[in-house]
Amino acid sequence: MSVQTIRNVFSVETGYRLSDDQIVNHFPNHYELTRKDLMVKNIKRYRKELEKEGSPLAEKDENGKYLYLDFVPVTYMLPADYNLFVEEFRKSPSSTWIMKPCGKAQGKGIFLINKLSQIKKWSRDSKTSSFVSQSNKEAYVISLYINNPLLIGGRKFDLRLYVLVSTYRPLRCYMYKLGFCRFCTVKYTPSTSELDNMFVHLTNVAIQKHGEDYNHIHGGKWTVSNLRLYLESTRGKEVTSKLFDEIHWIIVQSLKAVAPVMNNDKHCFECYGYDIIIDDKLKPWLIEVNASPSLTSSTANDRILKYNLINDTLNIAVPNGEIPDCKWNKSPPKEVLGNYEILFDEELAQGDGADRELRSRQGQSLGPRAGRSRDSGRAVLTTWK
Amino acid sequence: MLQEESDLSLIIAQIVQKLKGSNLYSQLERQAWASLQRPEIKLESLKEDIKEFFKISGWEKKLQNAVYSELSVFPLPSHPAAPPEHLKEPLVYMRKAQGSWEKRILKSLNSMCTELSIPLARKRPVGEQKELLNKWNEMGTDEPDLSLFRPVYAPKDFLEVLINLRNPNYENGDSLSFRTHLGLIQVPLKVKDIPELKECFVELGLNIGQLGIDDSTQVPPELFENEHVRIGQKVLAEQDSAAAQQYIRQGSPTALRAELWALILNISSQPEDVLYYEQLKTNVIQHDLLVDSLIYKDVKLTASNDDYYFVFEDYLYQVLLCFSRDTSVLSHFAYNSASPPKSYIRGKLGLEEYAVFYPPNGVIPFHGFSMYVAPLCFLYHEPSKLYQIFREMYVRFFFRLHSISSHPSGIVSLCLLFETLLQTYLPQLFYHLREIGAQPLRISFKWMVRAFSGYLATDQLLLLWDRILGYNSLEILAVLAAAVFAFRAVNLMEVTSLAAAEAVLADLSTLKVMPLLQIFLFATVT
Repeated sequence: MSVQTIRNVFSVETGYRLSDDQIVNHFPNHYELTRKDLMVKNIKRYRKELEKEGSPLAEKDENGKYLYLDFVPVTYMLPADYNLFVEEFRKSPSSTWIMKPCGKAQGKGIFLINKLSQIKKWSRDSKTSSFVSQSNKEAYVISLYINNPLLIGGRKFDLRLYVLVSTYRPLRCYMYKLGFCRFCTVKYTPSTSELDNMFVHLTNVAIQKHGEDYNHIHGGKWTVSNLRLYLESTRGKEVTSKLFDEIHWIIVQSLKAVAPVMNNDKHCFECYGYDIIIDDKLKPWLIEVNASPSLTSSTANDRILKYNLINDTLNIAVPNGEIPDCKWNKSPPKEVLGNYEILFDEELAQGDGADRELRSRQGQSLGPRAGRSRDSGRAVLTTWK
Repeated sequence: MLQEESDLSLIIAQIVQKLKGSNLYSQLERQAWASLQRPEIKLESLKEDIKEFFKISGWEKKLQNAVYSELSVFPLPSHPAAPPEHLKEPLVYMRKAQGSWEKRILKSLNSMCTELSIPLARKRPVGEQKELLNKWNEMGTDEPDLSLFRPVYAPKDFLEVLINLRNPNYENGDSLSFRTHLGLIQVPLKVKDIPELKECFVELGLNIGQLGIDDSTQVPPELFENEHVRIGQKVLAEQDSAAAQQYIRQGSPTALRAELWALILNISSQPEDVLYYEQLKTNVIQHDLLVDSLIYKDVKLTASNDDYYFVFEDYLYQVLLCFSRDTSVLSHFAYNSASPPKSYIRGKLGLEEYAVFYPPNGVIPFHGFSMYVAPLCFLYHEPSKLYQIFREMYVRFFFRLHSISSHPSGIVSLCLLFETLLQTYLPQLFYHLREIGAQPLRISFKWMVRAFSGYLATDQLLLLWDRILGYNSLEILAVLAAAVFAFRAVNLMEVTSLAAAEAVLADLSTLKVMPLLQIFLFATVT
């Protein structure tokens, strides 16, 4: 089902009720995670909550930055947070910021700025129309642009990872092992003269495929295992494992952040496309989450990957290929996972308090290869500290 | 006994001669002079004290590594009065064949040159030089018109030459007899059979841990992997080339591989090396060579379209363009059966004083040449180090894959080894393929010439190249080729044409190299 259809299905007006044998591929309010502004809002709220509880996860360093929960670049909503943004901008005036429309995809409407004058339009609106409700279409988020991305072969790339969520409460999510990296066709340069060149900065295939040097055989894509091999060979095993551990961590945290507000309808499952950028200090940043990741393919390998993705997703969401009963406990047997591995299973994590210590030690030696080690939620902190 | 001793002293003398001209020698000399300041060096026992000092400070190890490195390419002991051609290649008919092949290549190159009326070399105008310097890191985006260029030759052309190699002293007779070869290669070279290979590759045996097999997710790392990594780190700490070479026969952990290969190839990035690379870069900027276009074309045709290597396109240009101007590569022709092609300054054809080697490094690239460099980009991202590693790999191993020689690691021997293995251990398959006109060598030749680069997944390829370095031999390529055929034997028995056989073997990217090798060598019922 597309997002529009989902909106209709779950809207109060139509009075449509899903019967027990119907399962749909979106959560009713998935936009809490997949709209750029709501995602940031939920994560900020989650962090504050943890801080209030005094949880060790919310620990901060001397500069006031979260030690474990700082994985989203500094972001503000425009026009609502315009003044807050200006304050932050003035603190580091040579920084670059990226403007993204909240509700769009495929890199549409995105541009970079490095001067306040370039976004005066949003400041005027906030002064004059503070009582007029902003239409969704005009809302933008502005984030600090990561201008030191990790470059391979001199090019910028980002990671696209697929994460399947079968239920939010208890949280059960799976990570697809075959994610990929999307490379820009043009060499990266942070120089201000190329700020307008989207081929340098935006990795969306929808944009890159119009570039001169786009190659249809490999599509500018690398598998995650290639990335791993390259990083292990050039940077060493420990930092690479740490990087991948952190990536798993931020995915789980982002899901935990929206879990309380998510309508955990038992008819629903969802496969998200996570976009992650790694900077040159090997720190991963969560850029956004897509509710309808592109399932079209640009190359032959791509087609095979997406076919398997859909196959494995449906195998997990709808067991045995039979007519589903939404009341089932959503615990698929190990054999059907296919190329998915369990990223986090809240039930399992809470279930074995005694086993947790053992699990975390195992997690350290087996590393991210054994996805099951992710089950011990809290205990995994010991590997990351 | 006496003969061996005199052989040994001859070898020692030759190595000393070689090393005297090297950087290491001057460094050792400097160190020796500097050590005179140290209190433990006494005049009475000067020689012993300095030797002791070298041992402690690690300089002896460096010298050991250098000697070991020389030995690895040292030609087999021969008669002291043997002429230099014999060091290149002892068999006359092979030399002749290589000579005529070279003439053909050069003719093809020259005719392309006159056809397109492009000079073999020209000096770049200043404007062009500046432009190239600016674009040095992204030469991939500069798309000169390459449509008129063709690669000078492709592996299959070379295969035809090898097929027609004959030893004039070997009487085969016109009719088929037990002496004629069933395969394509018709020269009687000695190749190893499986029992001999088992002895040679003993570390790949079933009861010995391997990376590529015993590090898979099902095997707990305490069993082998952890210990192996620990030993690897120790080897690196000791900086011992010979130990590293022994160690790597069981595979190299990904994190240690870059350093291990550098140690085995005896590459250390000294400032002089970086300077040398910069000098080569300047040469590239100042002069344009015809082979540059060939290199461009090759990269665009092969690496740019490869799923694994397209990212490193620009590095490939940086390495290969410098490589073709590197005259130090000429020294490897002393033990290479090939000879660098000569060209003459315009108008002075035939006059020896005006002869130059073209290209300056004497190596004319062929279709697929850039794939020798591509896998190395996964290990080294610093251009001068990448360059050094590639150059050393070339002058130790890769040159043997495209020159006609009788060396056991030369391509002719590899082909014969492959065919013999297949005939001996999979006779039914071999016969079937031959009957349908699909001689196995026609399919596996391209794998071996490229050392499987571009055919295997990169992590598997690196495991294979670990073993090439470990055993200092390319024979493993032929063994792997045979193992692949053995693995796909069931499907191959059902095909009825060469095209169908090619299709069965078209995609090797899912193969796991080490299990295939192990099974073929140690677990096949004969």
